[in-house]
Amino acid sequence: VTLVTPIEELLRGSLDHCVKCTICETACPVSNVTPLFAGPKYTGPQAERYRVADEPSVETSVDYCSGCGICTQVCPQGVKIAEINAQARNKLKRQKGVPLRDRIITRPTWLGRAGTPAARIANWTIDKKPLRIVGEKVLKVHRDAPAPDFAGRRFSRWARKHQSPRTGRKIVYFHGCGTEYYEPYEGEKVVAILEHNGFEVTVPKQDCCGLPLQSSGLFDDARKVVLRLARKLAPHVRDDDTIIVGNATSCTLMLKREAREILNLEDDPDLKLVSERTYDICELLLELHDRGELKTDFKPVEDTIAYHAPCQQQGHSIGKPALELLALVPGLHVTEMNARCCGIAGTYGLKAEKYDIAMAVGADLFDQVRASGAATVACDSETCRWQIAKATERPAVHPIDLLYRAYGF
Amino acid sequence: MRRELHFDAVVIGAGTAGLTAATRLAEGGARVCVVAKGVGSTHLAPGTIDVLGYAPERVEEPETALAQLIAARPDHPYALIGADAVAASLQWFSDRVQEGPQPGYRYLGGLDRNQLLPTAVGAVRPSALVPETMSEGEVRSGEPVCVVGTRVLRDFHAALCAANLDGAGIAARAADVEVEVERADANAVGLARRFDDAQWRAAFAATLAPMLRADERVGLPAVLGMRDPHGAWADLQRRLGRPVFEIPTLPPSVPGMRVFEVLRGALRRAGGRLVLGSEVIGAERAGGRVEAVRAHAAGHDVRYHARWVVLATGGFASGALELTSDWVARDTVLGLPVRGAPGPDEARFVGEYLAEQPIARAGVAVDGGLRAEGAENVLVAGAALPGAVPWHEGSGEGIALSSGYRAAQLVLQESGAEVLERPEADRRTQDAGLDAPRR
Repeated sequence: VTLVTPIEELLRGSLDHCVKCTICETACPVSNVTPLFAGPKYTGPQAERYRVADEPSVETSVDYCSGCGICTQVCPQGVKIAEINAQARNKLKRQKGVPLRDRIITRPTWLGRAGTPAARIANWTIDKKPLRIVGEKVLKVHRDAPAPDFAGRRFSRWARKHQSPRTGRKIVYFHGCGTEYYEPYEGEKVVAILEHNGFEVTVPKQDCCGLPLQSSGLFDDARKVVLRLARKLAPHVRDDDTIIVGNATSCTLMLKREAREILNLEDDPDLKLVSERTYDICELLLELHDRGELKTDFKPVEDTIAYHAPCQQQGHSIGKPALELLALVPGLHVTEMNARCCGIAGTYGLKAEKYDIAMAVGADLFDQVRASGAATVACDSETCRWQIAKATERPAVHPIDLLYRAYGF
Repeated sequence: MRRELHFDAVVIGAGTAGLTAATRLAEGGARVCVVAKGVGSTHLAPGTIDVLGYAPERVEEPETALAQLIAARPDHPYALIGADAVAASLQWFSDRVQEGPQPGYRYLGGLDRNQLLPTAVGAVRPSALVPETMSEGEVRSGEPVCVVGTRVLRDFHAALCAANLDGAGIAARAADVEVEVERADANAVGLARRFDDAQWRAAFAATLAPMLRADERVGLPAVLGMRDPHGAWADLQRRLGRPVFEIPTLPPSVPGMRVFEVLRGALRRAGGRLVLGSEVIGAERAGGRVEAVRAHAAGHDVRYHARWVVLATGGFASGALELTSDWVARDTVLGLPVRGAPGPDEARFVGEYLAEQPIARAGVAVDGGLRAEGAENVLVAGAALPGAVPWHEGSGEGIALSSGYRAAQLVLQESGAEVLERPEADRRTQDAGLDAPRR
């Protein structure tokens, strides 16, 4: 008999607080567009009562949960619905096996290392429909799913050569895989903004946070990956006050909370330290502003922006700091999108069997973006940006992009 | 870094009371943040503003009954809020609905006369202010009613509703319309999204029309549209050529979700901040004040420093109040003293489940100005207030709305000069689907 771990006990314990109010069901982006997912309440607090360790899972539709986490955010009773469902997905994967596709697309470091040196060929491949059709048949990655171009250079190479001014006010930058392989220019902007505000930026050697593995239910691999990252970051923040800041909002959420709560790593001292010290970039900048420490020498930026706060950003429980930061920029006209999710949920919308669902989930957001008349979309998470840019045919940027423009570097 | 934020006011709770207090404060120029464990009462309540339905007989004129209640029960929340603030809060709310994200959607009524509307089980609910989409359900109008259900919405039993109405002397019968959904059943939200679609509505109306008798009005579960309820309702009336009205359903409540969107949008327009999914876990006190509240965020706790705190966390149902196994009632959020719980020698429960239970009037102890006992900068609003029995009085939403409104008014009066002197917060951020910011 498998013993129940403390974290499982904690999650399962929370289900007794469920009063069946259905608030999670009203908010779930997935169950509202497809009958294939039975909904967070049904697969979570309800089905969980019938899941027994070492016995086959009673409920398989939880495979269609995208792991966006909105159910937990809206629950007024504190039930850990998304976390219960993540455990259930992991159980299902252990039971039914993991498709080759899930072993590949959940490894951004492998993909990035393979694609970067051969970026031109790789990007050419990504754009070719016949090859994508083959990819769909063989790997079950949908032919129309958004696939970003490799930058052909790595952010860490730039960072190694870059010397941050020695102000003594140290900060550790966690750039994540998106910045490393696809959007190195975003990392350069983050560094410039931090330096402008007096920070001395350290970029330690780092790789994936394990979130794609975790959200696909590959918990053992995800644990190895996130702990490896924690070992690399922790030595830099062992003093009293150095913090870690990241621009990949879903990856910083992984470090802050998801790895500890979902992967049962509450007791790892390195991860705990990293978790407590990690900031989302907009969270940090707004906190600086609240204390009167953010430089606001912003020049006007004449642009119309549709801002979407991704689900994982909302999981930080910090409100929408990007909106308040963008409001400081003269000339910028920002419209807040009022849709729950773009559908991609990391790797969910890449999967052939889930692509249509992901597009249906995002339809509301895409309509709002188009209706807003905005020229540019701002969004804190890279996979969401790629999804939104492809669906709405508009450039999608991180909010710090606009701050960078406003600083006029 | 310190993970510390500073606001003029922090509002705890995102139900009607909390969102109203926060919006009103932000509109008055205060820097406001709402911190809430999750979505609140709106999604569960029927979306009507019931000010006073029973006192204890059914109330016809809430204004008169309210004045009598205030005179007779100085400990009742309405006595602390005052009749003027109740009236003003209804007007304020109606205005926000009209400026809200649902075009044309509005509320009708006021304190002069309660409207009597059917509930999902065919009982009658006295409400002061109701969505226009419900108003044709007035049972005193005398016209016969056809209550229309659909099998896929399993929590709405048209036959039960019609039979109970008929039993109470309101001519009613039931009809059932077959609708296609992908799964075996649908919830109210799923159906409401379908009613936003004009083609879907047209097909629904075409199926329903031949089932109706000439003189009947049509009562439907309250699922007539999420984004454009006014448009959906008006379209159905036109297509069916008769009055149509919504009947509140069991949760999830579509009209309640519309209220949430109205208040959320108004808060955003006024420049307020909303943090959902963050549980407040305690207060830092200095002397008779709460200097800061601590809340869970991902990976760490955040300290929200505030000059004023509005506690709008709800009562026993939300878990904000709890009765310990040794019969001590406590406020689980800030640990403030609770008033109105039965003493050690008193009866704690009465036999009849739905009767007024002795524990019902318990709430966070406040003075005449809604200030919490022992914490001079904490104001209490909504179901956390002691002295009311909302399900008996038909007063829950009225107390939530007016106490949230009054709490904000009191804070602004007290600190108005300081708050208003500050340069106006930037309000260039717009909300999708909403009109331009008010200022």
